[in-house]
Amino acid sequence: MNEKLLILGMMLATFSVRYVMFGASSRIKLSPALLNALRYVPPVVLSAIVAPEVLLSDGALSVGLMNARLVGAIAAIIISYTTRNLLLTIVVGMVVFFAWQGLMIL
Amino acid sequence: MSHSLTSESPPPLVQSPSQEFWTGARDIIPLVVGAIPFGIIFGTLATSNGLSPGATLAMSAFVFAGSSQFIAAGMIATQTGWLLIVLTTFVVNLRHLLYSVSLVPYIKALPQQWKVPLAFWLTDEAFAVVIRRYESKDKSHFKHWYYLGAALTMYLNWQLCTLLGITLGQMIPDATSWGLDFAMSVTFIGMVIPYLKNKPMVISVVVASIVAIFAASLPNKLGLMLAALLGIGAGVISEHLLSTTTPRGIHHE
Repeated sequence: MNEKLLILGMMLATFSVRYVMFGASSRIKLSPALLNALRYVPPVVLSAIVAPEVLLSDGALSVGLMNARLVGAIAAIIISYTTRNLLLTIVVGMVVFFAWQGLMIL
Repeated sequence: MSHSLTSESPPPLVQSPSQEFWTGARDIIPLVVGAIPFGIIFGTLATSNGLSPGATLAMSAFVFAGSSQFIAAGMIATQTGWLLIVLTTFVVNLRHLLYSVSLVPYIKALPQQWKVPLAFWLTDEAFAVVIRRYESKDKSHFKHWYYLGAALTMYLNWQLCTLLGITLGQMIPDATSWGLDFAMSVTFIGMVIPYLKNKPMVISVVVASIVAIFAASLPNKLGLMLAALLGIGAGVISEHLLSTTTPRGIHHE
């Protein structure tokens, strides 16, 4: 394995994807339709990252009270929906998750 | 009395560069905590799979892309050639196109010396907190300092955790079992819920979540890309459908 080539190549492959739109940003004009579609990017990407983390366990769908992540996520959804307080959502979600996990070990 | 009044009032608008910087650094902490186990595991895994400690550190320092680094470590274990690993890295990172194009309206006026480092430090986590800052209504001119603070905090943590994994990894009990990574899930949940103000947003999030679950076995984060694109499509299409059936339906955002 040529480690130098590997790291240089991975660096270019990563940076080019991250930079191409930034580099062109002063010259490109995004159409109103595209700008409208981009409003969906944050919620859609974040939920696409979270859903498998919460609902899959070793690649299999895990829906039930045995799934401490699901219980913690439901608590987080309820807190976020009722309070809109991000820090409280994080704290309550983590506490419920750890407590539930602890209860199941007992 | 006036003291208790001020403590009740909303916090002052964040304005100066250093205030923005430190607020960004603070706001990304839950996501930094969620990344700790992965940094440690990467350091441990890469070195035990045959990457030298120096190259492992260099990969975290110069590539700085968690998912790609994990996939690379796995491919090194199976004696894959460097070129194939590089091409795979490119595919794994395609989702950053979605992030960077979403940030274009906010960063386009910045000089090059800002765009280069901010692009280099763009991650899932940085995007999540930074887009939130940019979308907030206040007219601060220094939101790029918030971006820098958040991104640098993520970066420094990743370097420290990689080093920790390389040096002490064998002595640290299985970091996957700690549950710290769940911090990312609850943080993202708390960020998504406020977006769900109208039907198209709800539909797009539901579609993206379902697709992500069923496409999770696709390699190289392609399931995430597919879920994101179909979610965006579902949102845009339902917007059009709902606006033709109920003309005033979606304008109450």
